[in-house]
Amino acid sequence: MRANRVLYRNARVYARTWRSGVFFSFFQPLLFLSAIGFGVGKLVGADAPGGRGYLAFLAPALLASACMQTATFESTYPLLGKIQWRRTYEAILATPISVRDLFAGEIRWLAIRMLMVGGTFAAVMVLLGVGRSPWILAALAAGVLTGLVFATVISAFTARTKNGAEFNFIFRFVITPMFLFSGTFFPIDRLPEYLQPVALATPLYHGVALARGFVTQTLAPLEALPHIAYLLVLFGLAYWVALRAFTKRLAS
Amino acid sequence: MRNSTEPLIQARGLTKKFGKFTAVDGIDFDVYGGEAFGFLGPNGAGKTSTMKMIGCASPVSGGELTVAGLSPKTHAPQIKARIGVVPQLDNLDAELTVRQNLEIYARFFDISKAEARKRTDELLDFVQLSDKSESEVESLSGGMRRRLTIARALINEPDLILLDEPTTGLDPQARHLLWERLYRLKQKGVTLVITTHYMDEAEQLCDRLVVMDKAKIVTQGTPRELIDNSISKEVLELRISDEQEARLNGLLEEASERIERLPDRFLLYTDDGERSLAFLHSKGVETVSALVRRSTLEDVFLQVTGRTLVE
Repeated sequence: MRANRVLYRNARVYARTWRSGVFFSFFQPLLFLSAIGFGVGKLVGADAPGGRGYLAFLAPALLASACMQTATFESTYPLLGKIQWRRTYEAILATPISVRDLFAGEIRWLAIRMLMVGGTFAAVMVLLGVGRSPWILAALAAGVLTGLVFATVISAFTARTKNGAEFNFIFRFVITPMFLFSGTFFPIDRLPEYLQPVALATPLYHGVALARGFVTQTLAPLEALPHIAYLLVLFGLAYWVALRAFTKRLAS
Repeated sequence: MRNSTEPLIQARGLTKKFGKFTAVDGIDFDVYGGEAFGFLGPNGAGKTSTMKMIGCASPVSGGELTVAGLSPKTHAPQIKARIGVVPQLDNLDAELTVRQNLEIYARFFDISKAEARKRTDELLDFVQLSDKSESEVESLSGGMRRRLTIARALINEPDLILLDEPTTGLDPQARHLLWERLYRLKQKGVTLVITTHYMDEAEQLCDRLVVMDKAKIVTQGTPRELIDNSISKEVLELRISDEQEARLNGLLEEASERIERLPDRFLLYTDDGERSLAFLHSKGVETVSALVRRSTLEDVFLQVTGRTLVE
């Protein structure tokens, strides 16, 4: 499959540049989980939703959020760079690779990146004594699926933007509020009633519900299905839209 | 073997539209295997759009186009497998080394790793970058990047290379080295399609060329034919004082086939510049300066595309 050639190129580039980010990607979750999980967790005490302590409530949600953030960031500046500033895609599309192959390769590579980021997160969780069961892998898969939704949605947006001036808007007014209010730090039933449907519609809410449910083993299979279905439908739709946007931008 | 009388690239009524804007307006041309074919024209004439259609990077809006007998619409991957592309602006992988740029690019053509390594060694030698093979692309000069881009375009051993303004922005040494390498490729039988707005480049490299202006082909032929057929043999460049000019009374027209008035001088197109000048002197015209030179492709170019600046 030609898409894997694109994945190979990205992996080789990553192999030259990963060192700068790896320290950060391990210590960020460690710091976050220790500070908020243990610190804030003490304050919350036995009142933590789910009844298994605040760390078990929060950690899987942060895993899903980390995937969202990685996918979002990678789909903004680095992607626009390859489209416009460095014209990497122009070079790749001069070979037998098609836009379809190219996009498939990029999304596969992002899935691998999220496995790495989410996997690091899961390792830190296990280190701290949360989610010590094979279900942690299901939570990781939920994180990757969440990330894929963001990767495709943001890619579709990036393929249409001229110079990326809107990216800061996305980070500030879309990603950060979603990170704070999609059931990550507290259940959404604590939100004002009129905001609950908004939270319910965000992909992150469903990713968090899955990851948390798997880690705390409080989610029955039938309860998991709607969340998975919702994320898959969003992913499929956004993939289609993004591929069209890519074709328009790169082959017109 | 392909029949050599059959064109490698054939375009009939080839058209490219972006919305309402027509970038290429129904052009016809044939490029034969082994020749160096040039597209000349001012900025915005449609050269790059034409190149992108040939390279299957931009869909054809109308008319017919075949490359090696195949249509870009239906056989883009097969066509692209046989083409090397040198774009106008460098698009090398800045995060990779010189060697990696070639080896990893080779994988897009399904070239095995061992074969890619072998070809990379040969190509780095060909473009004189062997001692830079482990350097970051970031550290290369403009001329080196161009050479690396050309090496990359050769990684799939293409039959056809598309070069979009290959020497724009290079110093004379780098240009001449590049021309020499392109000439060697041509000697090996590789077909070159080149866009340029440097006339010396077109004269150096191209067997045949077309001049494009405002999305259309305005003239075509060999560089020699274009000069011989569309313009006088020589040009007489004259500077005359204002008072002299007032007393010319059509003498310049009498002395030449065509005159062109520039802000600072007159250009007289004539087959014998010295004779025209002698004629003017015999009529008592005093010149501030006079220069007789052979007509060049640049004169042809300016005649057919005009002197107005295209922005």
